[in-house]
Amino acid sequence: MYNPLALVGRATLSFFASAGRLAIFAGNGVQHVVRPPFYPSLIGRQMIAIGYFSLPVVGLTALFTGMVLALQIYIGSSRFNAESAVATIVVIGITRELGPVLTGLMVAGRVSAAMAAELGTMRVTEQIDALTTLSTNPFKYLVAPRLIAATLTLPVLVLIADIIGVMGGYLVGTAKLGFNYGSYLKSTVDFLEPMDVISGLVKAAAFGFLLALMGCYNGYYSKGGAQGVGAATTNAVVSASVLILAANYLITEMFFAS
Amino acid sequence: MTVPKLKLQGVAKHFGHKVVLDGIDLTVGRGESLVVIGGSGTGKSVMLKCVLGLIRPDSGTIEVDGENVVGRRGSARDAYLAKFGMLFQGGALFDSLKVWQNVAFGLIQGRGMKRAEAKEIAIEKLGRVGLKADVGELFPAELSGGMQKRVALARAIATEPEIIFFDEPTTGLDPIMADVINDLIVECVRDLGASTLTITHDMASARKIADKVAMIYKGRIIWSGTRDEVDAADNPYVDQFIHGRAEGPITMDVLKP
Repeated sequence: MYNPLALVGRATLSFFASAGRLAIFAGNGVQHVVRPPFYPSLIGRQMIAIGYFSLPVVGLTALFTGMVLALQIYIGSSRFNAESAVATIVVIGITRELGPVLTGLMVAGRVSAAMAAELGTMRVTEQIDALTTLSTNPFKYLVAPRLIAATLTLPVLVLIADIIGVMGGYLVGTAKLGFNYGSYLKSTVDFLEPMDVISGLVKAAAFGFLLALMGCYNGYYSKGGAQGVGAATTNAVVSASVLILAANYLITEMFFAS
Repeated sequence: MTVPKLKLQGVAKHFGHKVVLDGIDLTVGRGESLVVIGGSGTGKSVMLKCVLGLIRPDSGTIEVDGENVVGRRGSARDAYLAKFGMLFQGGALFDSLKVWQNVAFGLIQGRGMKRAEAKEIAIEKLGRVGLKADVGELFPAELSGGMQKRVALARAIATEPEIIFFDEPTTGLDPIMADVINDLIVECVRDLGASTLTITHDMASARKIADKVAMIYKGRIIWSGTRDEVDAADNPYVDQFIHGRAEGPITMDVLKP
């Protein structure tokens, strides 16, 4: 029981078992994403749940992040008389990193949890089994619409977060730090490259896929009533957040190298 | 000899070290109602899930209309599942959909029927189980337990399946509502001419809806016969079960004080 070798072995085995199960789940999900029939009304409903209802939290997060970024960069850059770089660094920081990552994390907290709770409840009340007996594939009906909706919606959310975040920096820059209105905007746009925004949107799509996948996966395999659904919800948010941060590094590395 | 509607042969399943099904042999003839009785944790539900392809048995064959369906996946599984209807123990109604959408689900999603047409059939089926059309516009959470069970029954018969499974149809209902459900089951099944497999531990229900009865214990069928033979069965397990006695060959895993 307490043999350290056995403990390590057991942990390793269970890690690989769940990694394999997740890979099969993801493969199955993607298969149904690309193969018809599609359910436009279900996808639409998910897009509203993921996108529209996340707007307040994403907007506020982006606004305050942009504001604090302008302040901090001003403090740092004033140490070597580079205050004029504030606008440029804010926009690059927001579009490349903070916009997608913070949006991903906030939406993971909202949406992965909701998906895990919903699918988990459907699992423990046998609704998922009932779908199968009514000749409807649960992957097609439940998982695929969520994956599609999240992957398509996150880039839009991130674009909105980018704009609001830059506006936050602009507010602090002009109202508090004494920048000229026109020149702040000019230096925001002048040094911005398309790749800064595009790489952020690619990240957003990947994060959307990951957070929906973790929500669905944990919910789909939850068991044991209310406690099981609670555990599934927690696991969904934690695993989605960690995967988002890990994927963020990998994608950045990919864009950085090219 | 005619081909039975559903035939299980040597179906076995274990989870870890726990043997749940230990070689089940069972036959349901055409238009026949078989009731499987047995205590909690004897493998009744696992057996049903094996037939539905939700759990894959370790060994044995499951034949529907003479064809083995074990291990079928994807569209091949959908094809044989289209012959089945199932009433789940807790109803398993989709709580995000209205009642009529629940009843029409198999018609719209499974058969690709038009919504308007499917709604008409759904309302007709709701009427069949004694519910008014305006109930169709409610959500399942707004219904009482007995009404949910009736909606679930309407959903199970909506696609006019050839085989219907009932998973503890009367559990959690008061005796009168249980009898109402039993009557509905008998009527609906007779109208459709369907074969049915019911699992229950409610003997009143079993006596009402069964043509044949089989008893499952520790993952095996230990007795089977017609409804009338149950009371005369000289099997000590059956005798203990139908009279609901704590003393007998069946021991529950409870610690004596």
